[in-house]
Amino acid sequence: MDSPSPIMFDSSLNNEITPSSNSRRSASAHHSRTSRAGSTGEVAFSDLGSKPVLYGSRRADSEVYCMSQKEINEEDARFVYINNPVSTNDKFEFARNSIRTAKYSVISFLPRNLFKQFHRVAYIYFLIIAVLNQLPQLAVFGRGASILPLASVLLVTAVKDAYEDWRRHRADKIENNRLAWVLVDGQFQQKSWKDIQVGEIIKVEANDTLPCDMVLLSTSDPTGVAYVQTINLDGESNLKTRYAKQETLSKNPENGRFTGLIKCEKPNRNIYGFHGNMEIDGKRLSLGPSNIILRGCDLKNTASILGVAVYCGAETKAMLNSSGAPSKRSRLETRMNLEITILSLFLVALCTVTSVCAAVWLRRHRDELDTMPFYRRKDYNEDEPENYNYYGWGMEIFFTFLMAVIVFQIMIPISLYISMELVRVGQAYFMIRDAHMYDEASNSRFQCRALNINEDLGQIKYVFSDKTGTLTENKMEFQCASIWGVDYSGRKVTSGDEQAGHSVQVGEATVSPKMRVKVDPKLLQALRGGKMSEDFEHIRDFFLALAACNTIVPLIVDTSDPCVKLMDYQGESPDEQALAYAAAAYGFMLIERTSGHIVIDVLGQRQRFNVLGLHEFDSDRKRMSVILGFPDKSVKIFVKGADTSMFTVIDRASSMGIIRATEGHLHSYSSLGLRTLVVGMRELSDSEFEQWHSSFEAASTALIGRAALLRKVATNVENHLSLLGASAIEDKLQEGVPEAIEALRTAAIKVWVLTGDKQETAISIGYSSKLLTNKMKQFIVNSNSKESCRKSLSDALLVCKKLNNVSETPDNEEISASSGSLVALIIDGTSLVYILDSELEEQLFELASKCSVVLCCRVAPLQKAGIVALVKNRTADMTLSIGDGANDVSMIQMADVGVGISGQEGRQAVMASDFSMGQFRFLVPLLLVHGHWNYQRMGYMIIYNFYRNAIFVLVLFWYVPFTAFTLTTAINEWNSVLYSVIYTAVPTVIVGVLDKDLRRKTLLKYPQLYGAGQRRENYNSKLFWLTMIDTLWQSVVVFFGPFFAYRISSIDAASIGDLWTLGVVILVNLHLAMDINRWNWLMHAAIWGSILATFVSIMVIDAIPILPGYWAIFESAKTGLFWLCLLGVVVAALIPRFVVKVLYQHCSPCDIQIAKEAEKLKPLSRGVAGSVGVEMSAILDSPRR
Amino acid sequence: MSNDNAAPSSSSAAANGSADSAAPRRNSKRPKYSKFTQQELPACKPILTPGWVISAFLLVSVIFVPIGVASLFASRDVVEVVDRYETACIPAQNRTNKVAYIQSSANKICVRTLTVPKRMKAPIYIYYELDNFYQNHRRYVKSRNDMQLRSNSSQDDTSNCKPEDLINGTAIVPCGLIAWSLFNDTYSFSRGNESLNVNKKDISWKSDRDHKFGDNVFPKNFQSGGLKGGGSLNESKPLSEQEDLIVWMRTAALPTFRKLYGRIEVDLNRGDTINVTLGNHYNTYSFNGKKRLVLSTTSWLGGKNDFLGIAYLTVGGLCLFLAVCFIIVYLVKPRRLGDPSYLSWNRSPGGR
Repeated sequence: MDSPSPIMFDSSLNNEITPSSNSRRSASAHHSRTSRAGSTGEVAFSDLGSKPVLYGSRRADSEVYCMSQKEINEEDARFVYINNPVSTNDKFEFARNSIRTAKYSVISFLPRNLFKQFHRVAYIYFLIIAVLNQLPQLAVFGRGASILPLASVLLVTAVKDAYEDWRRHRADKIENNRLAWVLVDGQFQQKSWKDIQVGEIIKVEANDTLPCDMVLLSTSDPTGVAYVQTINLDGESNLKTRYAKQETLSKNPENGRFTGLIKCEKPNRNIYGFHGNMEIDGKRLSLGPSNIILRGCDLKNTASILGVAVYCGAETKAMLNSSGAPSKRSRLETRMNLEITILSLFLVALCTVTSVCAAVWLRRHRDELDTMPFYRRKDYNEDEPENYNYYGWGMEIFFTFLMAVIVFQIMIPISLYISMELVRVGQAYFMIRDAHMYDEASNSRFQCRALNINEDLGQIKYVFSDKTGTLTENKMEFQCASIWGVDYSGRKVTSGDEQAGHSVQVGEATVSPKMRVKVDPKLLQALRGGKMSEDFEHIRDFFLALAACNTIVPLIVDTSDPCVKLMDYQGESPDEQALAYAAAAYGFMLIERTSGHIVIDVLGQRQRFNVLGLHEFDSDRKRMSVILGFPDKSVKIFVKGADTSMFTVIDRASSMGIIRATEGHLHSYSSLGLRTLVVGMRELSDSEFEQWHSSFEAASTALIGRAALLRKVATNVENHLSLLGASAIEDKLQEGVPEAIEALRTAAIKVWVLTGDKQETAISIGYSSKLLTNKMKQFIVNSNSKESCRKSLSDALLVCKKLNNVSETPDNEEISASSGSLVALIIDGTSLVYILDSELEEQLFELASKCSVVLCCRVAPLQKAGIVALVKNRTADMTLSIGDGANDVSMIQMADVGVGISGQEGRQAVMASDFSMGQFRFLVPLLLVHGHWNYQRMGYMIIYNFYRNAIFVLVLFWYVPFTAFTLTTAINEWNSVLYSVIYTAVPTVIVGVLDKDLRRKTLLKYPQLYGAGQRRENYNSKLFWLTMIDTLWQSVVVFFGPFFAYRISSIDAASIGDLWTLGVVILVNLHLAMDINRWNWLMHAAIWGSILATFVSIMVIDAIPILPGYWAIFESAKTGLFWLCLLGVVVAALIPRFVVKVLYQHCSPCDIQIAKEAEKLKPLSRGVAGSVGVEMSAILDSPRR
Repeated sequence: MSNDNAAPSSSSAAANGSADSAAPRRNSKRPKYSKFTQQELPACKPILTPGWVISAFLLVSVIFVPIGVASLFASRDVVEVVDRYETACIPAQNRTNKVAYIQSSANKICVRTLTVPKRMKAPIYIYYELDNFYQNHRRYVKSRNDMQLRSNSSQDDTSNCKPEDLINGTAIVPCGLIAWSLFNDTYSFSRGNESLNVNKKDISWKSDRDHKFGDNVFPKNFQSGGLKGGGSLNESKPLSEQEDLIVWMRTAALPTFRKLYGRIEVDLNRGDTINVTLGNHYNTYSFNGKKRLVLSTTSWLGGKNDFLGIAYLTVGGLCLFLAVCFIIVYLVKPRRLGDPSYLSWNRSPGGR
């Protein structure tokens, strides 16, 4: 049985004379895989699922791929002499294989790290102030005191950077010293990775990691196949196949010289593209992405390979791709700039006032300056009286201004930036540690990839979601089939015995499929009936098609029981896996696949089929086909693909009835939300096969335009098919998705679903995920021209307006609520082509903003980004994109917040995202709980920081008139410096990380509470100005309380300065304490600890005898007046704030406030307020449903 | 042939596979549960219930009003005699050019008479009060060297002391403007014929005497320059015993300030007439500074100052008033705490 096919196979090989051919087998079976391999995680039949057409990022790949068919320009090429590193590196020195991820060396650390740190504007401000202070004319603070804050911040950051860099150095060292077998003088020797050069031949053994990018020369497999796992590169765990060229396979480099020249492109970061050619033995072979193995991959399932290094070290694709996530700026921070500007103006105003007053004072006393004992313009001790530190009136004013800037510098809260960073790190810590966002299935925690937009999560107004893999699990499950016009969609689950028992003997062990599939008893019956059954032929062909027409690699996996093994189907497309498992469940188990043949166990009988040709899936044809040579020497082509593309190539004449029936079934499947797929076949006559074969050979060895030629060959043969049937695969909805969407909608977040699916599938998923409800009015825009788009949009707008008008008439609030908001817009990709980037965008936005749900189907990745941009550019509202696949990357990067689902489809989405998590439903705790908390905390913290610094500056400022405008500060300079570093810093950060206005449970129960963030309740101009007025009052109280109490007394500057310091610190901390929602022990420790620390630190400072204020605090603390001042000042300063707060909470309580009260008081009065609970849960089922 | 080949390789992969799948189960990344990481630390959630608000206001007024009353009484108990003398102590003919007079070497003794308005119990503190003298002026406060004051070993350290640092190239001890402008008016008191002893001991802080001003540092080159700024020092006494200097060197916080001159340790009776023999030496005329002599008793709260008492009474009263206001507000316009009907989405149907 085996013998005929190899003969045929060999004969065809013998016929081969084209000089630059690939191995025929690899060419036929896998040639165009190369482009597929590029599309990581792309579902083969993508038009059936969510991944249609081309991906934005992919488009480039395919262009590269097309380009690879062209000749490489001499100057753009890299020449690699195989096994001859000397001449390879002769002309150009290519990078060695040592890598360097570390950023600094011991010498370069200081300058480079400082340079990097000073990219922050805040630090430059710090620096300028510190430098100004070094000028003798301006020395307001002592040198140490002025440099300390900057130095400490720089030092902390530098130590952190140094530690990280040290770890990178260590990792680099380990990596560089790993050993690899390198061919030296005809012998393989162990060399460390760093010494590998381009051009050397390297041997890699099973389970080893590739040391550099290499072109495969030969493998231990006689067909030249190698399997690699690219988990380190793109996160995909399935095995990928790579091929060695037939011509190099048989060569043994150890005896006899192995020479050749590889000409390939310059290093680039496209991990899915490679093109080049190899001259060997006078033949020219073309090389594609399937011939190269990249650094970082692991060799699996293959005993060993030989390859020649083409890119080394920093030039490898893995290294070129290792760049960080893009950085975004939080909306709050952007808004904050306005307030910072206001504060800067305020600062300038204070300085101007000071310097003008100083000017007036100097002018009025200009005649007395020489004689005033406290001024003494001239130094009379010299023989010639000279001016002592007096630079003339104008300069004095100028210096006063600069000194004022130095004294009032903390008006601009520089520490705020550092606190914000700390707070965000803390918030991220808690988000990552949140057990509610841990996904058991994928063992993945929540990840914060971007650290600077935590608070944006609390203000999201629009969520753009991908469907497959995001709303759904992307774990395909074969559900039902329509074969030869008969629907086998038995939904009853049969008792496990029958199909579970389906297994195959391989060697000693029983092998059964790893995944169980529900089987339809009727269909099983039809198969069991054997050849008696009339439909048997069709059913058999159908399942053969499912088992054969794919690129699945079957792997046999051991279990604990040595007699039982599991069949694991590794493939890049979950759909194909599902189909292969389904075929296995029905008794058509794919057992072995090599590049030339497959072995299928057909109902217990092992059969070997020759794979004569395989036409890859491509997005134009939207189908794939495989040509099988049957054991009985007949040749058949099996095609499967999207219904739209398949029905055009099916021979309509033959079986109209069956086509009709199948179409009906397809419709019903897709309206159940299933992904459908049509299967057809045709038997090829000898002449047809010969014709196809020759054109296929020609196409697959063509150097130019190979992909197009292959596509043409495929199109020529994929016609006049007879319809076998259709399959339906369920893409299961992820756990908790309907509830999550419901919660998001209740939180007034608009959920848009952007999917590549068909409209019917999309709508049905919409229903099952509760995105759409029966009450909704649906607008479907499904147009083929700009004009019809315009028309349907304006129609929809009209209807929408009418609906709104009806609802605005004051008849019934209930109705207005339901009809006003519940409009769904369904729009497809074709229409979007006409709408996006045209004047219709405006109309679409207007319409979409009136709709509560928008569903876009059949959209391309770039369109997804276009839709996000449509919303983002037109509103100030925050947008969030969530997706899992490479096709979502553009949309994730476009949105204000990008969330990646770490699911089945590789890691591109995660790499591009700001946050990543395991499941869609975690969006609810992420936004409603953490987002809300983060926003509330951060908003409060920013305002509080403004207040905290401003009050201190104002206290300093009030003293200025009493010092003849010379900016002396009664407050010790060390206290000034420590104020924002020690006295008040910790509680801000602790509160910013830990305070919670509401419990998680409450926030989840009432998603409407999320509105606080959307309405910017915690940070807005009104709040800012109110706080600033309060600040003014508080500063007046703090300053003038002690001022009047000690007016005309023997108080010295140091004592009253200490009193002011303590007053401000206690006040500021109590102000914070008043606003803390949740007092846990950390809060207590932070607040009281800070106050205590202030006392201790003031005492320490006052215990230094060489400071003028020596012992002041101990002397003044002995008097009652001191303590009474402190108490009075703090209480009086806080009264207005307290009164306003109480009045506001009582008279116009915000939602948060009420929820807080309900949360607190409910347990106290459970018996009585049981009604409250009922009432409140009734709100949850409010008319919005 | 390929079958044979496939078997070992696939089994090795299978072994790998199972190891891989087993590994994550063992080191699951599930975050460890703790009350801290789940942000569920036990906490108290204060809520401003009417009861709390009213009792807070009442508490403040209950504390503040008595303190205010006590402070006010204390302040009223203090007896203060103030005599402004800077003009009065210049002979009428010299008043057109006071600066010239004060800089001249004329005898500047002047006698003032004070009447005690109320019985003053010992100790009676004697202060001099200067006005419009910016002891906190930047140029002034910086012009000192604490190292030099402290120890003999750094007596040549005159950094920061400009313009009074060196004289003929040798260091001035104590250097700097502050010391140089030492106040040097003198007072002596008599009641009738009985002279009242002025105790000038312990008028400065003990901490300053013990640690800040060295007992081995003696004045040197002080006030020997061309231009005299103020009082001179006894060169045989160490700085730690020059209490007037120590008091003066503790620079005042505000431009109007008092400094302790000494104590009278006998009670003065109501109506007593005190004669003060005053050496009017200090030049405040160049900047229109006022000079006052103050005799004052002291209370537990310090000197005579009604501000604190009034402030406390005001705050206490205000809080009482606010408490009443809030009682009215809560009675007139009650709101059940946590009442869901106030939630925004229950009030307006749109929910926005």
